[in-house]
Amino acid sequence: MRFEKKDILDIMSLDTKEITMILDTAQGMKEISERPVKKVPTLRGKTIILFFQEPSTRTKLSFEIAAKRLSADTVSIAKSSSSIVKGETLIDTAKNLEAMNPDVIVMRHSSSGAAHVISKQVGCSVINAGDGIHAHPSQALLDMMSIREKKGTLEGLNISIVGDISHSRVARSDIIGFSKMGANVTICAPSTMIPMGIEALGCKIAKNMDACVEGADVIIMLRIQRERQGNILFPSEREYASLYGLNPARVKLARKDVIVMHPGPMNRGVEIASEVAASDCSIILDQVTNGVALRMALFYIVAGGSRHADSD
Amino acid sequence: MQILIKGARVLDPGNLDGKKNILVKDGVIEAILDPGDPVPSDSPDVQVSDIQIPDIQIIDASNMVVVPGLIDIHVHLREPGHEYKETIESGLKAAAKGGFTAVCSMPNTIPVNDNSQVTSFIINRGKAARSAKVYPAGAISQGSSGTSLAEIYDMQQAGIRAVTDDGLPVENSQMMRRALEYCKGLDMPIFVHAEDKSLTDGGSMNEGPSATFWGIKGIPNAAESAMVVRDIALCELTGAVVHFCHMSTAQSIEAIRQAKKRGANVSCETTPHYFTLTDEAVLDYDTNFKMNPPLRSEADRRAIIEGLVDGTIDMIATDHAPQDVDEKEVEFDKAAFGIVGLETSLALSLRLVQDGFLSLTDLVVKMSKQPAKMLKIDNDIKPGNPADLTIIDPEIAYKINPATFISKCKNTPFTGRQVRGAAFLTMVDGRIVYQKNQ
Repeated sequence: MRFEKKDILDIMSLDTKEITMILDTAQGMKEISERPVKKVPTLRGKTIILFFQEPSTRTKLSFEIAAKRLSADTVSIAKSSSSIVKGETLIDTAKNLEAMNPDVIVMRHSSSGAAHVISKQVGCSVINAGDGIHAHPSQALLDMMSIREKKGTLEGLNISIVGDISHSRVARSDIIGFSKMGANVTICAPSTMIPMGIEALGCKIAKNMDACVEGADVIIMLRIQRERQGNILFPSEREYASLYGLNPARVKLARKDVIVMHPGPMNRGVEIASEVAASDCSIILDQVTNGVALRMALFYIVAGGSRHADSD
Repeated sequence: MQILIKGARVLDPGNLDGKKNILVKDGVIEAILDPGDPVPSDSPDVQVSDIQIPDIQIIDASNMVVVPGLIDIHVHLREPGHEYKETIESGLKAAAKGGFTAVCSMPNTIPVNDNSQVTSFIINRGKAARSAKVYPAGAISQGSSGTSLAEIYDMQQAGIRAVTDDGLPVENSQMMRRALEYCKGLDMPIFVHAEDKSLTDGGSMNEGPSATFWGIKGIPNAAESAMVVRDIALCELTGAVVHFCHMSTAQSIEAIRQAKKRGANVSCETTPHYFTLTDEAVLDYDTNFKMNPPLRSEADRRAIIEGLVDGTIDMIATDHAPQDVDEKEVEFDKAAFGIVGLETSLALSLRLVQDGFLSLTDLVVKMSKQPAKMLKIDNDIKPGNPADLTIIDPEIAYKINPATFISKCKNTPFTGRQVRGAAFLTMVDGRIVYQKNQ
């Protein structure tokens, strides 16, 4: 199968065959990172620009390592060092980047839809590394990869997602991706953090945390973004932890072989108890490892592999 | 110079409806004639057919409808301050093309129209444009800051017909109360931009499934209706004339319906986009669908139509808000609010007639008679009144094409939409200010 799309903008625009192909490719990439010499020449001579206009450590690093393991050249620009601070518009910046002939622009931006806007303006591939509260496709794909690795399939699994759904692009992309792949998704959060009409993306809303995790095969905890809101969405971390925190007692309500995930960075003792994060059911660090393989797969399919048969 | 408009249906709700010929002379309506009547001549012993009268321009308006000049009560002309988006001249010419003989201009210019000098500037520029007329609205508060009253009487002397801080709500309830009381004494209507900014909270489209899908921060219906309910209460407290601008939600309409039943002195307007589109039309971050208030749900759209049908909604305005491409071709949440409307309003509104929701008479009431009454304009089609007339071709079918707009900005969500009906000719003070190319 060839991947025909130019860009990876969100999960909604990928069909189940494309998702499966990406996950299969990523699984194959994983072994490269375990070699003593962690580099293959697949994307030698390709230029990848990492255009991050929002703070990011793990995602940016993950993309950068992925590109380097495939021998691509990477260049990073951050908001503070870009012409955006001089008043250049996003579209102008993107056109200038394109004029330097990159093969892929990986883009993170605080505005929902920013990657969509750019993808229409440039001829090179655009990979959305997170836009506002809209989408974070590489995170959702690595989550799917991690679940599939442990459970064999997503089909029929009960997956619970707990936390600030309103402000989470990870939640939106996860819900859409998991439900596309046949999982049953249940979400839980204070009503202040559940956006209107979220069920239409493919999930049910549990009435409380216990009901949400009961019988779950997978529990995904989302970061409570302390920096984003004041005290208007929930009164205190203490109260949040008691209502929505994942502690060992709540893990027991889930299936025995439950896996616990978190996109990071964690607030220990708030949304997730340290014992849970450190327990055998936690696959939080596997997610990080898989993130590199998954992003190698994304680069490969848009810049090196089946979309450009001549470079094989 | 005389003009004879021949062969049209003349529709002036409450006054006239039938085949008439209208004779215009020296800027005013000279006579309204039955089809067979001879045109009165200056020499009383000669009765000639109109064709033979020299110095008379005949306008063949067969199959057309002549109505009292349409009036758009809610327009942003952008001058002074944002002349790159629109000037008074370009806006008034766009209005004329849309069939409007007059508009009410919003005061949120730079500087704000909160004093008589700015008012006089707008009126003088309007006259110089020799196109549609402008009746400015002044600001309620100095700089539309919502903190202290502007010199409303002074602006009234200079020519404002209403006050509003449109674009911004008057957040402080006590300030709004005092403004209403003060305006009551001046017989000056207040136009309300009903928005609770703390509920809008930086949102940029309707709160609902579409906003959730696109990851755009939503604006709930209550951001509008909560303020509508407050200002109905203040209207009933003070007895002032309160007019609600650009109504978009079912809850607002219901609140106004009930207030009217109680006898409150309230009226309201909606715009074509609220009865034509919903938030499901906001696709792929197209900022031409971004305006404030935002496109709402289908239930709201239906409630707006219901409000138009039962008379709760008195007027159709455009909220014509030109925005330059530089303010639109950016990230959705950073894009400016607003769409142009002057050159699409009539066709989109005629759809309500074509679909059987309104009679043409109802539509003329909402697009001409009610706005005229609010702005204290006598636009009845009768001898002696200024010849401010719109000739509508109700059947002409075409696709909306922003490239044909006279407005300096092309930010419309209606590009490519198939519509039927347009202004054939617009006349202001007996001058033809727009005539459609044949």
